[in-house]
Amino acid sequence: MCMDVPVPQDYLLSSEELCFERDDRRVFEGINLRLKAGEMALIEGPNGCGKTTLMRLLATLLSPTSGALHYRGEPLEKVRYEYLADLLYIGHQSAVKLALSPEENLAWMAASEGIRDPESVRAALRSMGLGAVYDLPCHQLSAGQVRRVALARLVLTRAKLWLLDEPLTALDTEGIGLITGRLQGHLDSGGAIVLISHQDLAIGAVRKYDLSKRCA
Amino acid sequence: MIYQSDVPSMTDLARTPSFSAYVRRDVLLAYRRLGDTVAPLIFFSMVCALVPLGLSPDPQRLSEIAPGIMWIMALLATLLSIERIFAFDFEDGSLEQLLIAPQLIALPILAKIVAHWLVTGLPLTLLSPLLGMTLSLPTSAYPAMLLSLAIGSAYLSAVGAVGASLTVSLGRGGLLLPLLVVPLYMPIMIFGTATVFYAVDGLHWSGPLAAMGAMLCAAVALCPLAAAAALRVTSA
Repeated sequence: MCMDVPVPQDYLLSSEELCFERDDRRVFEGINLRLKAGEMALIEGPNGCGKTTLMRLLATLLSPTSGALHYRGEPLEKVRYEYLADLLYIGHQSAVKLALSPEENLAWMAASEGIRDPESVRAALRSMGLGAVYDLPCHQLSAGQVRRVALARLVLTRAKLWLLDEPLTALDTEGIGLITGRLQGHLDSGGAIVLISHQDLAIGAVRKYDLSKRCA
Repeated sequence: MIYQSDVPSMTDLARTPSFSAYVRRDVLLAYRRLGDTVAPLIFFSMVCALVPLGLSPDPQRLSEIAPGIMWIMALLATLLSIERIFAFDFEDGSLEQLLIAPQLIALPILAKIVAHWLVTGLPLTLLSPLLGMTLSLPTSAYPAMLLSLAIGSAYLSAVGAVGASLTVSLGRGGLLLPLLVVPLYMPIMIFGTATVFYAVDGLHWSGPLAAMGAMLCAAVALCPLAAAAALRVTSA
């Protein structure tokens, strides 16, 4: 357990000696993440080194074995709801319902953030190149298009901190370009991003964390 | 992840979808997968239609076993479908999104229970007079059967949700879920069949029905909380 060292307020998100064990096997240890507004943390490492586990820890879906997480300098347990309200997490499973259309999916995701404007949902879908298929059931779409539906949230969301677990999977070059632009826009407007990606993105202000040295 | 933390603020709650929005969404999803949704109902009807063929077409004998048969079938039909209350959401990641929503997740879970009842328990209840006829249930017992099935199936959905939340990460088709919830279904089934038997015998049946109502109240109050706590552990 780490000591309770005061964390500077200017870090949006920080972790201190974060360690996670699963079934007595140490997945990783000593993660000291420092993320300010306007920065992106890129989590790298080979397959199976715990990148997604770290992401799920940051999303509070798992709790760390030891170590601490701070949001705006406050321990996460104290500001949990404030943190969750500022958070956008898109995991491997993108929460897109295949039985629903892109419009219905995105409208629901937007509604869960309090955005209930059908026109902005349509506009977001158009900007992701889904204008022609907005009313088809998602099981008729390609994997890349389904990804785009999930990522259309990035156009709408007001969340400050984005946790994105390999968002570029199945996207084509144009899609990657769209997302890169959106990520850069978010950073420019004072947001922060934690990203897992195996691709190099043309984005400034990136802190890289290589998990391969941290895993047991 | 279990955090001792304060409750979400009113602004957080106002941002998240309303209770009825959650119910509508789940009912819509069930409607889009109509085949899956009606399968338990067809199963329920088919087995009830088999009973007169397999046992005896004698109305006297049938009416003696009809309440029990209908209740067992209602229970099995619920067991067939309750797994899906969280399974789809677990597979496509919606459950993760639910767990990290800045709100008390017991509320959406209660909404999912209500939606499950609307697409399983309620149609089953409405279908039951038809099956009562094939089983020669006396007409005087219909009100008791309808009310007991309506209340009882809601209880089955609520308690089943706890079982489903405990087994959601284990994959589909397991026998663990029935093993977990069938013991918890026994009390409601005893009172449910008692209600209908009393009505068949011409006795006052409000007593067992009131007991069922009390059990439903307790289940509605406690099961969403239990399921919420279980989901935080199992889906981690």
